[in-house]
Amino acid sequence: MATEKKEQEKGIIGWIDYRLPIISMMKHSTVDYLTPKNLNYLWNFGSLAGICLVIQIITGILLAMHYTPHVDHAFASVEHIMRDVNYGWLLRYTHAVGASMFFIVVYIHVFRGLYYGSYKSPREILWWIGVIIMLAMMATAFMGYVLPWGQMSFWGATVITNFFDTIPLIGEDIAVWLKGGFSIDNPTLNRFFALHYLLPFVIFGLVFLHLMALHTHGSNNPTGVEIKTKKDTIPFHPYYTIKDVFGFGVFFLIFSYFIFFAPNYLGHPDNYIEADPLVTPSHIVPEWYFLPFYAILRAIPNAFLGVVAMFASIAILLFIPWLDRSKVRSTKYRPVYKSFFWLFVFDCLFLGWIGGMPAEGWYIWAGRFATLYYFFHFLVIMPMVGKLEKTSPLPDSISEAK
Amino acid sequence: MNDNAKLTVKFFGLFIACALGLYFFSYYVMLDAKERKGWFVFDPISHEHVKEPMEMDWSFDGIFGKYDRQSAQRGYQVYKEVCASCHGLRLISFRQLQDLGFSEAETKALAAEYNYDSINDDGDIEDRPGNPSDRFKSPFANAKAAAAMNNGKAPPDLSLMVKARPNGANYIYSLLTGYESAPAHAELQPGLNFNPYFPGEQIAMAAPLQAGQVEYMDGTEATVGQMSQDVVNFLQWTAEPDMEKRKRMGIKIMILLSVMTIFFYAAKVRIWARVK
Repeated sequence: MATEKKEQEKGIIGWIDYRLPIISMMKHSTVDYLTPKNLNYLWNFGSLAGICLVIQIITGILLAMHYTPHVDHAFASVEHIMRDVNYGWLLRYTHAVGASMFFIVVYIHVFRGLYYGSYKSPREILWWIGVIIMLAMMATAFMGYVLPWGQMSFWGATVITNFFDTIPLIGEDIAVWLKGGFSIDNPTLNRFFALHYLLPFVIFGLVFLHLMALHTHGSNNPTGVEIKTKKDTIPFHPYYTIKDVFGFGVFFLIFSYFIFFAPNYLGHPDNYIEADPLVTPSHIVPEWYFLPFYAILRAIPNAFLGVVAMFASIAILLFIPWLDRSKVRSTKYRPVYKSFFWLFVFDCLFLGWIGGMPAEGWYIWAGRFATLYYFFHFLVIMPMVGKLEKTSPLPDSISEAK
Repeated sequence: MNDNAKLTVKFFGLFIACALGLYFFSYYVMLDAKERKGWFVFDPISHEHVKEPMEMDWSFDGIFGKYDRQSAQRGYQVYKEVCASCHGLRLISFRQLQDLGFSEAETKALAAEYNYDSINDDGDIEDRPGNPSDRFKSPFANAKAAAAMNNGKAPPDLSLMVKARPNGANYIYSLLTGYESAPAHAELQPGLNFNPYFPGEQIAMAAPLQAGQVEYMDGTEATVGQMSQDVVNFLQWTAEPDMEKRKRMGIKIMILLSVMTIFFYAAKVRIWARVK
C-alpha cells in the first residue's frame, strides 16, 4: 500500500482527499463505477429502498422527539404529534406510509433478484446480506407497529410473542424474557422502542456491506451474462444517477398520494382505539406486508410447526444459491422456470390475501395448498427444473443481446 | 408438444399430486372422524350478520374535500346536548372550536360552563372554571365508573371514532339512523338494542336521537337524518382537525413532483441518447 505514493491534487478538496480519501472513494463508486448498460427499471428498486431507509430514519428520529414510550401515555402522545406538533401529522403519516412503501420496494427488489438470478455465484453473500436486511426490517416494522399502543399494536404483539411460547421446553421462559414480564406491558413497550430505534442503524450498516459486496462484482443484469468488455458498460454517473432520480420522482408521487390522500388506507382502524388488555379485537391481523407469512403460520395445524414453517419460509431464501441448479442465471432464457416463477409470484400474492381472511372454510385448505407450493417451488422446482429444462440460447455478451 | 412444455406439465402435475396427497393423507390418516370437521375443503364460511354502511356524499371526501363548518357547528350542538351525557371527547380542547367558526369569546364562554379540579397554592384541590385551553370534560371519572353506570359497557370516547371504524363516517351515519325493531330471527339480549349496522346487530346504546331533540339556532329542522349527518361532520373534524391542511399541501406537492418528474424524465432521455 505504501509503495504507491499518491500525488496531492490542487485545492481544498485535494488537500482533504490526500489525507482522507473520501472524495476519491465516492468518485470510485459512482463516476468510475462501471455498470452494465442494459439495466431495466427493476434495477431502480435498490436505490429506492435506500431512500426509504433514509426517510424512515429521519422521520423516526423527529417523531421520537415527541413520543412517550409508556403504556399510559403512548397513545395520547401519538395523537399529540398528530394534533399539536407542527407538521406532526406529516411526520407520522410519512413514517407510517413509509413503512409500507419500504416493504413494497424491497419485495419488488427481492423478486427482481429471484427472476434474474442475482443470487447466483459470485453474489451469494450479497444475497445473504439482503435476506438479513429484510429480516431486520421485519423485526423493526413489527416493533414500530407496537409503539402507537393501539388495539392492533397490543394484540399483534401478543400474538407474535406467543409464537415463542410454542417452542418446546424453553419457549415460555423465552417469551417471558422477551416481554419483560408475563404479558405485553410497559417493559415490553420500552424495549420495543429502544430496539426500534436501534435496528435501523444496524440495517444502515448492513446496507453498506450490501453495497460493498455489490461493488465487488458489480450489478447483475437482465441477460445474466457477465460484463465481457468495456463496451458492455456505462459509468454509473450520470446514466444511472439520472435514471434513479427519475425513479425517485415517480416513487414520491405514489408515496405522496398515500400520505396526503389515503394515509390510513394501508393501516387498520382498530389501531385508533387505545390498547385494552381486556378487550380482544374480533379479527387480529398483522400489517399487510406480513400477511403471506401469517398465512403460512396458520396453514399448519400445530402451533410450533407453524412457527417453524414461517421462519423457514424466509430462511429458505438463504439456500437458493445452491437450490437453483441451473447454469443460466436469468429467467429470461429459462422457459419452463419462467412459468413457475410467475406461479410463485401469484402464490405469494394469494398467500397475502389468505392471510387477511379469517381461518375458516375453504380458506384453510387454500392456504395450505399455497404454503405447499411456496416450499415446493424452492425445494422441487428450483433444483429439478434447473437441471432438466432446455434453456434458450444466451447472447455472447450484453452488447450482443437485443 | 416440445420437451419444455412437457416438463412444465409434468412438474405442474407433480405439484397437484403432492397437494392431493397432502389432503387425503391428512383427511384419512391423520385425523379421526371427530377431527375431520373443519378439515373439509368445502366447509362453508360463516358470514357475520352485518349490513354494509350506506354510502353518503360527504363534503370532506376526495382530494379537494373540506369540512362543512355550518354542519359541524350544528354537530357540536348535538354532541353537547345529546352525546356528551355518555361519550367523552378527550382529545379536543375548547379553543380548537375556533377552527369551526366559533369566536374566541364564544369558546371562552363554552369552556367556562364546566368546572375543572385544580391545585391551588396551598395545595388544596379546588374548582376553577374551564379555560379555552382545557380539553373537553369526559362525562365519567374513569372507564370503570362509565361501565358501572351503563350496564357494564363503557361508552367509548368519540374523538377518533371516525378513524377507528372501517368506513367510519358512513358507518356512524348508518348506525345512528339505522335503529329498527328487532326482526323475528334476532333473539335480543336484555338491555341491548337492534341495529343491523352494528357488528353482531345488538348494541348497548339505545337509539340516541329523536326528531326535534335539539333546537338548531340556524333554524334547520332537526330530523334524525340531519342530526346524524351533522354529528358525523363534527366527528370527522375531531378525528383529524388538520385534514384540510393535509389535502391542500398534498395537491401542491403532487403538482410540484409531477413537474419535477417530467424534467427528470426529459433529462434521462437526453443523457441516455448518448448510449448506443
